[in-house]
Amino acid sequence: MALLEGLASIHPDIHTREYWEYCGKKELRFQKCGGCGAFRFPPLTGCRECGSTDVSWVAVAGRGRVFSYTVVHHPAIPEVREHVPYPVVVVEFDDAPGVRLISNVLDISYDEVEIGMELDLVWDEPSPGVVLPRFKKV
Amino acid sequence: MSMKDKCAIVGVGLTPYGKRGEFFEIPQSDQIRGALNIALEESGLELQDVDGFCSYSVDSNDPGMLAPSLGIPNVNFSNMVFGGGGGGTCGAVANAAAAIHAGLAEVVMVFKIITQPAHARFGASYGSKQIAANPYSDFHRPFGLVSPVQFMAMLFQRHMHRFGTKPEHLAEVAVATRTHASRNPKALKRERLTIEDHQQSRLIADPFRLFDCCQENDGGGVILVTSAERARDLEQKPVYIMAGAQGGSSQWGHGLTMQNQPDDVYASAGHKHLAERLYRMAGVGPDDVDVALFYDHFSGLVILQIEDYGFCKQGEGGPFVEDGGLLWKGGRMPVNTHGGNLSEVYLLGLTHIAEAVRQLRGESSSQVDGAEIALVTAGPSNLPTSSLLLRR
Repeated sequence: MALLEGLASIHPDIHTREYWEYCGKKELRFQKCGGCGAFRFPPLTGCRECGSTDVSWVAVAGRGRVFSYTVVHHPAIPEVREHVPYPVVVVEFDDAPGVRLISNVLDISYDEVEIGMELDLVWDEPSPGVVLPRFKKV
Repeated sequence: MSMKDKCAIVGVGLTPYGKRGEFFEIPQSDQIRGALNIALEESGLELQDVDGFCSYSVDSNDPGMLAPSLGIPNVNFSNMVFGGGGGGTCGAVANAAAAIHAGLAEVVMVFKIITQPAHARFGASYGSKQIAANPYSDFHRPFGLVSPVQFMAMLFQRHMHRFGTKPEHLAEVAVATRTHASRNPKALKRERLTIEDHQQSRLIADPFRLFDCCQENDGGGVILVTSAERARDLEQKPVYIMAGAQGGSSQWGHGLTMQNQPDDVYASAGHKHLAERLYRMAGVGPDDVDVALFYDHFSGLVILQIEDYGFCKQGEGGPFVEDGGLLWKGGRMPVNTHGGNLSEVYLLGLTHIAEAVRQLRGESSSQVDGAEIALVTAGPSNLPTSSLLLRR
């Protein structure tokens, strides 16, 4: 059973389509402001630092670190009942400062996750066509 | 033209406190009518005096239906604070005061009813099909973040990591709040709680346990606001609106669901900007506050708000709540003297305003001696959220 397969659906729109198209090609890219160089995520049409709408999509290498996390014990919705307890992590990247990506760590016991843990990107396809950036412990 | 002390809360009416889903079959307009009648009765105002509506949290009772249903002859102002959840409670009161101060209306009713049938639980709100259809939920829902408690747990986890805040500090909040609830005959959870009870309760989303989470209820209420001048001729001691702040910092933004705040903002409740504005508008500071009613959807967010509102420095909220620091008597700051969302009832923040009013009228079941100024906050969440300073 794929991790959280009952939640494996995405709904791209004009703001988020490009991000997911890159994910489909197994490229993790974030918006970088053409005005001030600040990274931003999730995708927005302007920069919260300088207001510029000039943007490029920059790929990251995929090495990240746990910034914070929780372990979900209580299944708030039926779709996760078979999966608790599971950790959810907030990942930060040295090569994309300011970006925080919400994700999961695969192949790890839920009580092993800690802040500062080094992670490597892995592409996970819990449902056909839904390609999600997930992580493994380095 | 500051609106400081220009308007007042003159009446409060709450519905009965229902279990989650209990009042779903009662039309909200009936529940509003019931609460409004209580508020009118205690205030000495008549139904015909009401000429404005303010609400929040994507309220579905639009004024065109509500006014005729309640028998209100004319609507001179209607308005709603953006955003879901309990972030807009205080902002709705501030909007009412702003409208009255500007001469747009004379008596505004702030109202909100919440009903939570199985398909519309707040606790599962980020997992719902409606939310799933929002493209921005794709950045958290597929990874299993589907409930407010889970997002907030991560903020607090970071706070523990950075500042050494402990699970026992969460327990202190739950225990002090329950102690207050045990003194409030209307509170739904009144049996006393110990630190050990808290520590032995089941984990919901680490580090938050069952007793860190608010109740889920049905019900709501009405708060009547009018000018200070008119308030002085009514039945109750006026509770003056010193200041109301609404919004937040862009660095917080959609921080709750996106988790992308700068580190210092991350390990907070996202209220610092509001706090600074609120104190400036009111011309007072944290030392002047006699009682604080912090929106407590989760115990940890009370600790983070204590820091945001300047009762201690960032990182010192844990020690601040130690040894009964939040108790109505003998604490460092009396907090949630009604029992809060955790133990009294969860009605989207209306009960925090109601308790502030009781404290300033001298009517609380855990009355703070000589309480003159009360701070009330609405739910930390995505921008906008809000807060109020009230005085007797």
